[in-house]
Amino acid sequence: MAYGVGHCSCSAGRTQDEESEMQNDTAIYVNGLNVKFGGFAAITNLTIEILYGQTRAIIGPNGAGKTTFMDVITGKTRPQSGEVLLDKKLDLTSIDEPSIARKGIGRKFQKPSIFEALSVEKNIELAVRKGLGFFAMLSSKFSLTQRTQINEILAIINLENERDRMAGTLSHGQKQWLEIGMLLVADPKVILLDEPVAGMTDHETDKTAELIASLRSPTRAIVVVEHDMDFVNKIADIVSVLHEGQLLAEGSMEKVRNDPRVVQVYLGR
Amino acid sequence: MSFKQTLIKRQEFILVTVLLLIAAYMPLSNRFLDVVNPFHMSLFSINLIGQIICFAILAMALDFVWGFAGILSLGHGVFFGIGGYVMGFYLINASFAETKVLPDFMLYMGWKDFPLFFQIFKYLSVSIAMAVLLTFAIAGIFGFATFRSRINGVYFSIITQALTYALMLMLFINDLGLGGNNGMTGFRSLAGYKLADISTQIGLASVSCIVLAILYLLLRYIVKSSFGQAMIGVRDDEARLRFLGFRTDRIKLFAWCLSAAVAAIAGLLYVPQVGIINPNIVSPMLSVEIAVWVAIGGRGTLIGAIIGATLVNGLKFWLSAKAPSVWPFILAAVTLLITIGLSNGLWGGTLQLLSRSHARRGV
Repeated sequence: MAYGVGHCSCSAGRTQDEESEMQNDTAIYVNGLNVKFGGFAAITNLTIEILYGQTRAIIGPNGAGKTTFMDVITGKTRPQSGEVLLDKKLDLTSIDEPSIARKGIGRKFQKPSIFEALSVEKNIELAVRKGLGFFAMLSSKFSLTQRTQINEILAIINLENERDRMAGTLSHGQKQWLEIGMLLVADPKVILLDEPVAGMTDHETDKTAELIASLRSPTRAIVVVEHDMDFVNKIADIVSVLHEGQLLAEGSMEKVRNDPRVVQVYLGR
Repeated sequence: MSFKQTLIKRQEFILVTVLLLIAAYMPLSNRFLDVVNPFHMSLFSINLIGQIICFAILAMALDFVWGFAGILSLGHGVFFGIGGYVMGFYLINASFAETKVLPDFMLYMGWKDFPLFFQIFKYLSVSIAMAVLLTFAIAGIFGFATFRSRINGVYFSIITQALTYALMLMLFINDLGLGGNNGMTGFRSLAGYKLADISTQIGLASVSCIVLAILYLLLRYIVKSSFGQAMIGVRDDEARLRFLGFRTDRIKLFAWCLSAAVAAIAGLLYVPQVGIINPNIVSPMLSVEIAVWVAIGGRGTLIGAIIGATLVNGLKFWLSAKAPSVWPFILAAVTLLITIGLSNGLWGGTLQLLSRSHARRGV
């Protein structure tokens, strides 16, 4: 459980040069972002830079624009204006969701989004496909590398012994882990986690924190939206506070916690 | 292995065996058993089985796309109709070649020659290929436009229903030259076999059974494959699949076109067995009924669709002869009871009962 996926065989797709180039570079660059739904401004002039190797938490009261922010990065919502770049060069506002996913941005939804009618293993298998290879899909063939990868992922998310179970029968926490496992398959450069520990028991929350910590890698950025402050404190290097679609504060948990404005709009309540 | 497990594990084998046995039994019983023998099958009942099998193929086509990919089409009659009409075109060609007399509807329209358009369908092989191609084209254009625009759920269903209605109204137009409201009839022969011959009709019914078995195996293979899992993914959480990098619109398009082609094949087989094709084949009623057959049998199982179509149509033929006025009420009652009591349909419910000890369901 304690090793980073970035170092397992599934990162074979990246060259050494790329790996060193990515260190401490910008993964996601958001500049002057504006998102409106009708007359409602969900995000106003937001600028955030997320670096590789970093675990960023985004906190803020309901309706602050946290989920919208993830929607924009993953292509679900198109902004009115502003730049959203991957690696400071790829414009994420111009390509669709599957393309963004294939570029290495993985997203976990707030509600566990797994395929309940399929077994745990089939869920991972489906993720391994990444929608590629029409005939490979029809013939259900997997390469040895893919098989190894499936087993590795199952080990990381601790569901090795549940592989044949219907995903719908898993506990809430296991479902969340399964979904994270489905993201890991793509060895994503950027992982977006929307409230990963909502509804979890303390024990499950601890395990999830461990899991997320094990995903850290110098070539990966992790973004977590979460309300659980203890959890945020445990995993995040840097915290951004959103309020009414704007960036209110940014910095270490300690710094943010003591910011009077943050206390007033969010933590104080 | 207990009987229950055998039934679950070997469903496909059992179904295909049963279909092939029926295909073999029909000609043998008609030919060699005496008319008074209770196991003798009359031409009437064989013809009925043949028609029901065509509906079973049609229902299976819908279940493939509805039960697995979650796309509820209330317009599969369109593709059934395309197959049916193309077969009609071929059959009037064949009649004309024999009698040199133009079909009635052409005479009414004052045509002197057999029109060039219909001559495309002079050969059976070309006609079958044309039916499949035409279905791919129409289903492809419609599917491409709707799936790309992300039209889903009930909106999609309503559009397909409207499409059926529009096509029916169009076919009712006499000036269209496709037979208008009377449709096309007076078919004489198919690939050189006289349709009036008992052997031809029995042959058609047997071929229908075999085609159902083959198409079932094909669709079963696909739903069991990784592609089938992707279809289930589309059904249960399309957004999740998209964020995993899947182009879900393409998965849906492929499933949709394949399903439409299977429906067209059902239409091709159906028309020579009923001996007529008219716009009622694309009536919205029939298209909704297909969904009812699938729901009764149990969607997402393929076998359920076959069972549903067979039971409902069997009942319908039997009851609409005995008590035509009560039939709609019985169908409604059966549908209601199954919707309330057996949400997975007859076959889905049976599987659930059988595998209660196992923690698995569906595929």
